[in-house]
Amino acid sequence: MFGYYLQLAMHSFRRSPGLTVLMVIIMGIGVAASMTTYAVFRAVSGDPLPEKSAQLFVPQIDNIGPQNGSSGNQLPDALTYTDAMALMRAKAGARQTAIYPIVGDVVPDEHLQLRPFTANGYAAYADFFAMFNVPFRYGHGWHSDDDDRAGNVIAISNRLNQRLFAGINSVGQTLNVDGHDYRVVGVMDDWNPQPRFYDVNNGFSFGDTPDYYLPFTRAVALHIGSNGNNNCSASGKPLTPGWDGWLRSECTWVSLWVQLPDATSVQRYRQFLSHYASEQQRAGRFKWASNVRLFDLNGWLDHEGVVPPEARVSLLVAMGFLFVCLVNTVGLLLAKIMRRAGEIGVRRALGASRGHIYGQFLAEAAAIGAAGGLLGLLLTAAGMHGTDLLFDPDIAKLAHLTAGLISSTVLVAIFATIIAGLYPAWRAARVQPSWQLKSQ
Amino acid sequence: MQIRPIASALLHHKGGTLLIVLQIALTLAIVCNALFIIHARVARLSRPSGVDEADVLVVQNQWLGDPAPQQIQALMASDLQTLRRLSGVVDVYASNGFPLSDGGWSKGVRYTMEQRTPASATAIYFADDHALDTLGLKLLAGRNFRADEIGHMAARDSLLPRVILITKALADRLFPGGHAVGKQICIGGAPPSTIIGVVARMQTWIGNYSEAWMEHSTLVPFRLLTSGTVYLVRVQPGMLERVARAAPQALFTANPLRVIGPGDVKTYAQVRASAYKKDRGMAILMGVICAVLLATTAAGIVGLTSFWVAQRRQQIGVRRALGATRGDILEYFCMENLLISVAGVSVGTLLALAVNALLVDRFEMQRLSLAYVVTGIVVLLLLGQLAVFVPAWRASRLSPLKAGRTV
Repeated sequence: MFGYYLQLAMHSFRRSPGLTVLMVIIMGIGVAASMTTYAVFRAVSGDPLPEKSAQLFVPQIDNIGPQNGSSGNQLPDALTYTDAMALMRAKAGARQTAIYPIVGDVVPDEHLQLRPFTANGYAAYADFFAMFNVPFRYGHGWHSDDDDRAGNVIAISNRLNQRLFAGINSVGQTLNVDGHDYRVVGVMDDWNPQPRFYDVNNGFSFGDTPDYYLPFTRAVALHIGSNGNNNCSASGKPLTPGWDGWLRSECTWVSLWVQLPDATSVQRYRQFLSHYASEQQRAGRFKWASNVRLFDLNGWLDHEGVVPPEARVSLLVAMGFLFVCLVNTVGLLLAKIMRRAGEIGVRRALGASRGHIYGQFLAEAAAIGAAGGLLGLLLTAAGMHGTDLLFDPDIAKLAHLTAGLISSTVLVAIFATIIAGLYPAWRAARVQPSWQLKSQ
Repeated sequence: MQIRPIASALLHHKGGTLLIVLQIALTLAIVCNALFIIHARVARLSRPSGVDEADVLVVQNQWLGDPAPQQIQALMASDLQTLRRLSGVVDVYASNGFPLSDGGWSKGVRYTMEQRTPASATAIYFADDHALDTLGLKLLAGRNFRADEIGHMAARDSLLPRVILITKALADRLFPGGHAVGKQICIGGAPPSTIIGVVARMQTWIGNYSEAWMEHSTLVPFRLLTSGTVYLVRVQPGMLERVARAAPQALFTANPLRVIGPGDVKTYAQVRASAYKKDRGMAILMGVICAVLLATTAAGIVGLTSFWVAQRRQQIGVRRALGATRGDILEYFCMENLLISVAGVSVGTLLALAVNALLVDRFEMQRLSLAYVVTGIVVLLLLGQLAVFVPAWRASRLSPLKAGRTV
């Protein structure tokens, strides 16, 4: 029966090709616009670490004070060095790592005859790799002993390994960054969660894979400053000059992540955090009551507003656009079907039930939808190349035409057109055969 | 022309009529807001930065081997010499940042050291006596830095300027009565600094954080001795390309122990393009969506009206036979479309305001000005008339004999 309906649809197409082509084009454009923006939106708003995100938490501590402009929702995004170190020493979570972004000049070995180049990295603790499920191609992250003794060890990205060591197992080799030698302990597999959840507060939410990771303690010992934000608005008086003055200051620049496996440990950590801030108040450092917050990973991404407003607005507009296309298709299908009221009358008179008429026109709508979906697919592929017009290149290249996207583009088109076909098909099924035959 | 028969005829096509009304309403709602977004984005990206952008080049330099502040001071002085000697270069200075970049330094400004909350935020630009000439900043009042006022500051030193230059926007904010020159303000936690001059305009970097104080900038008389430095280079007109190629070569020849990567030499046109990439992209996207949407709606009207004309062939024949002119038929269909369009734009106006309220609430956009709604209404009414004209004209051409015949 379905085959017969498709035959009828083809016949109808031959009778009014202009109208049919118009519907296909409109559905194609509507579907392509919404799928392209959806692909970008999904890429920037997804959970970057689904298997672990419920266990990872970011603490915030108010070191500015309500009388100086901090409020419940506006605590500093990062911690002071003092607080971060206190939380690291307390080891109140199952795992924890302080993190800050760094930048350095990699000086390649002489025989490579490469110019020195700038590379981005992070200073972190040994727990970083286990907490965030970082995959390694060779070797592994450093041991926590290296945190304690500020070891000169380094974990590097696969890309940096390709560039400097031609992709071989470089564990044990030496690497020079900013004039200091480090021993490679691990080469990471391609690992670049998007958004880069562990550093969204420094404006590096999206971007290329970082090139290297050093022990936090080593970076601090070498006076490597943060490449991210450094907010000193909490320090009323001028800082004591020099590196140590900065470490002791109320400037916030260190991110801290804690792994808390279950609800009890989350509860305990909240208490610990609140207790810590109260202690600071008793010691005279904070002149206000304890004000702390603890975000889980996805809550933190929301709080930091990681999804660019352009992604939301364009998705919203594209959805509205698809809706207009749908309304349009309903109208055009209605015109097309009602023009054939006579034919419907004949079919009904010859014994076709209302269900048959329904089936016939929904099949026709589905055929139009399928054609619209295929056109939409082509346009979506073209749209993927256009995304770098609207978004940062770092974000634009996240939008890929995956198998899931391909099938959903076609399915959305077919489904949407069938929805659009419901009302016209209902009208068609209600055609009075006697009335139509009489007027012939 | 009587409206009642048209309206009663429309009541027989409730489904189709409602669909066109709905479509026009949705189109109006989207087009108004899209036009408004375009306007807001274009207004944003056309703000002047204060810099003579046609003739200024940005060179970002990173020293190798972690040199000490004294070494950096010497290296920087020699680099400035090298750049100044290049043919086509007019002036140079070294800084920590530049307007329209993607990040920078900011400090709170207070009237006194005791004041708790800052009166404003300000971007901090390290500068010397060549900064104004290099960027082409206009001095409105007071004087420029003198060469003997320029000091040096190491990476973790406190910023303690004795004299500063500020932008007019910041001066107006701090001293609404004017006469900022000679007054003292505190930058960050530093003791008071004296304002010696006011420049017309110098924007901050581009980003959400600095959006509220885009033109609040302060120039401080120091060279910042960190391993990363930005050289701002003023070139003779037409020499931009040549200097952009020659500058890194000359710097590498003078001293190879540095990194100037492929993206580290930029003309101001490139700086501006990347600063406003998203805004331009958004404006273009909204423009494309508007155009396609209007075309879709027009196509929908043409399609449905053609159908109605076909359906009413007999009716048209009868009317023509009873003495209606071609003009009457044409007018009938145009009037019918006008009725539908007016209903559509009425609903659409409400919908446009609702969508805008959502955008204001969720995306911190501004309220839609009524001019956009009026523009949208006019555009849609015209579009409707245009779209209906072809089928209506065809209907009016039907000969009464042919049209009256049953199919």
